[in-house]
Amino acid sequence: MSELEVELAIRRKEENREEETETGEEIMVLNMGPQHPSTHGVLRIILKLEGELIIDAVPVIGYLHRGIEKLMESKSYHQVIVLTDRFDYLSPLVNNLSYCLAVEKLLGLEIPPRGQYLRVILAELTRLESHLMWLGSQANDIGAITPLLYTFREREGLLDLFEMAGGSRMHTSYIRIGGLLRDVPQEFIPKVKSFCEAFPRLMKDYEGLLTKNRIWQMRTRGVGVISAEEAINLSLSGPMLRGSGVKHDLRKASPYSGYDQFEFDIPVEKEGDVYARYLVRLEEMRQSINILRQAVEKLPSGPINAGVPQVVPPEKQRVGSDIESLIHQFHIMVEGFKVPAGEVYSSVESPRGELGYYICSDGSGKPYRIKVRTPSFVNLQTLAPMIKGRLIADIMAIIGSIDIILGDVDK
Amino acid sequence: MNRHQLEQLEQLEQLKNKFPDGVESIETRLGETTVELKKEFLQPVCEYLKKEAGLDYLADLTGLDLGVEAGPRYAVVYHLYSMQGRQRLRLKVKTSDAVDTVTPVWKGADWFEREVYDLLGIVFNRHPNLTRIYMPDDFVGHPLRKDFPLMEE
Repeated sequence: MSELEVELAIRRKEENREEETETGEEIMVLNMGPQHPSTHGVLRIILKLEGELIIDAVPVIGYLHRGIEKLMESKSYHQVIVLTDRFDYLSPLVNNLSYCLAVEKLLGLEIPPRGQYLRVILAELTRLESHLMWLGSQANDIGAITPLLYTFREREGLLDLFEMAGGSRMHTSYIRIGGLLRDVPQEFIPKVKSFCEAFPRLMKDYEGLLTKNRIWQMRTRGVGVISAEEAINLSLSGPMLRGSGVKHDLRKASPYSGYDQFEFDIPVEKEGDVYARYLVRLEEMRQSINILRQAVEKLPSGPINAGVPQVVPPEKQRVGSDIESLIHQFHIMVEGFKVPAGEVYSSVESPRGELGYYICSDGSGKPYRIKVRTPSFVNLQTLAPMIKGRLIADIMAIIGSIDIILGDVDK
Repeated sequence: MNRHQLEQLEQLEQLKNKFPDGVESIETRLGETTVELKKEFLQPVCEYLKKEAGLDYLADLTGLDLGVEAGPRYAVVYHLYSMQGRQRLRLKVKTSDAVDTVTPVWKGADWFEREVYDLLGIVFNRHPNLTRIYMPDDFVGHPLRKDFPLMEE
C-alpha cells in the first residue's frame, strides 16, 4: 500500500465511507506518530487495522531530515567531523571513527598503536552506552520501568568518562582525522578499569529483572520474526542480523583500528525475534567488557596521532606558547588540507550495525560527495514486514528491538 | 594477495567473459574494486553476481551528481558484499536520467533507491513504490544535485 493510497483511505474514512473486509470487520486507518512516545523520535507509521490486528503498515520518515550530506559538501574535511556526531547521537564516537577511517584511507595515514587502542576503548564504551540506553527504553516501552532507572545510572558513568576524555558528553567530536583530539587524562584508564570491574555484577540486575521474567518472555518471544535469508536480503546489519542467526560482525569480518588483536566472540541467536535480539545485545555488552579489559591491559604508550603535520594540528599547549604552532593550527583550521582524488567506502560495526562512509574526493579541500550508510535507516525497512499480522501492542516491542535513532534514519 | 582477493580476480575475469559488452572497466584502487557497467546490463549482471559470485548482501546504494556539464550526468553506485567470501565490490552505472531497479535482486534496495530518487532525481524503472522518502511530497527539486541553490533566492 503506497503512502498515497493510505492518504486516500484516511480521506474516505473522513467521508464516512469505510472499507470492510470479507469477514465484515471494519477497516480502520490509524496514524501512529510522529510524536508517539514509543517511536523514539519523530517516526510516523500509518496503520491499517482490523480491530487490533495490523493488516498493513507504512512507515513515514523524514521529519528530522537536516540535509547533513548536502551540508558536508560545503565544509572542509575537518569541519565534517562535527556533523558526523549528529547522525546517531547515542554513539557519536563510532560515527567519528567511521568517518575518520574513511578519510585516513584516502590519505593513506597510519595511526600509532596507542591511538588505535584508545579508539577501540572509546568505541566499546560507546557500544555499552548505546546498548544501555536501548535496554532501558526497550523495557520501558513494553512496560517494565525499573531497568531504565538502572541503565541510566550506568550510562551516566560512561558519559562522565566521555566528558573527561573529550570535554563533551554527547556530541564528542573527539576522534579526529589522524588520531584523537588529545591523549586521555591520567585518571581515565583507572576509571575504565573500575567500570569493567563493576559492570558484570550490575548486568546481573538487569538480567534478573528481565531474562527469565514470564511477562517479558511473553511479550518478546516469537514477536517480530525475521529469517536469516530475509535479513540478508533486506541488508540488515548489527544485532538485527545476528539475532536472525547470521554470524557477521565487521570487527571480525574486516577488522579495523586493530580489532584483530583482541579476542572476543560474536553472539548469535537463531530465533530472529525480539527476544533473540535482546539476548544478542546483552551478550555483546559482556563481550565489550571483555575487549575493554584486554585493551586497558595492553594499552601501549607513545604518540596517539599520525606524524603528518599537514593533517594533524599541533598540541594545544604548544599553540599557546610558540608562534609556529599557532600558525600551524590556524592553517589547518582555516584552510584545511587537500585530500587526493578518489573514492572510498569504509565501514565499521556501530552498536546498530554497519555504519559506512562513502567519500568521493575531487582533490580539493572539501569533499565532493559524502554518502553515509546509516544502519538505522536500513534496519527500519523491516518494520512493515515485521508488524504485519501482529497486534498494536507488539509495535512497541518491535520498534524497540530495531533500536532506531531517528537522527540516524533521517540524516 | 590473499585467497579472497584471488577468488575475486577470477570472478571478475568470469564476469568479463560472461558480459563482454556490459562491463566498461574494472579498476582497483586503495584496495577497492570498481566495476563500471553499461546501464542496460545492470539487472542481469546483478543477478549473476548474486547467484554465481555469492555477493548476496547489498551494503549500500547511492547516487552521484558528476557535475552539471558531465556527459551522462549521474552515476548510481552499488556496494556489494559477500557474507561467505567476505569481499566487497563496487558497481557503478552512469546515466543521464534513469536506471533499472535492483529491488527484485536485493529487497533492501527499496528505500535506498527511493532516497536516491528523492535527493538526486534519478528514476528507477519498475521500482514498486518510487516516491519521495525524506522531502515532503510537494517539494520541488532535488537537493543533492550540484545546481540546487544553497540559499533562498
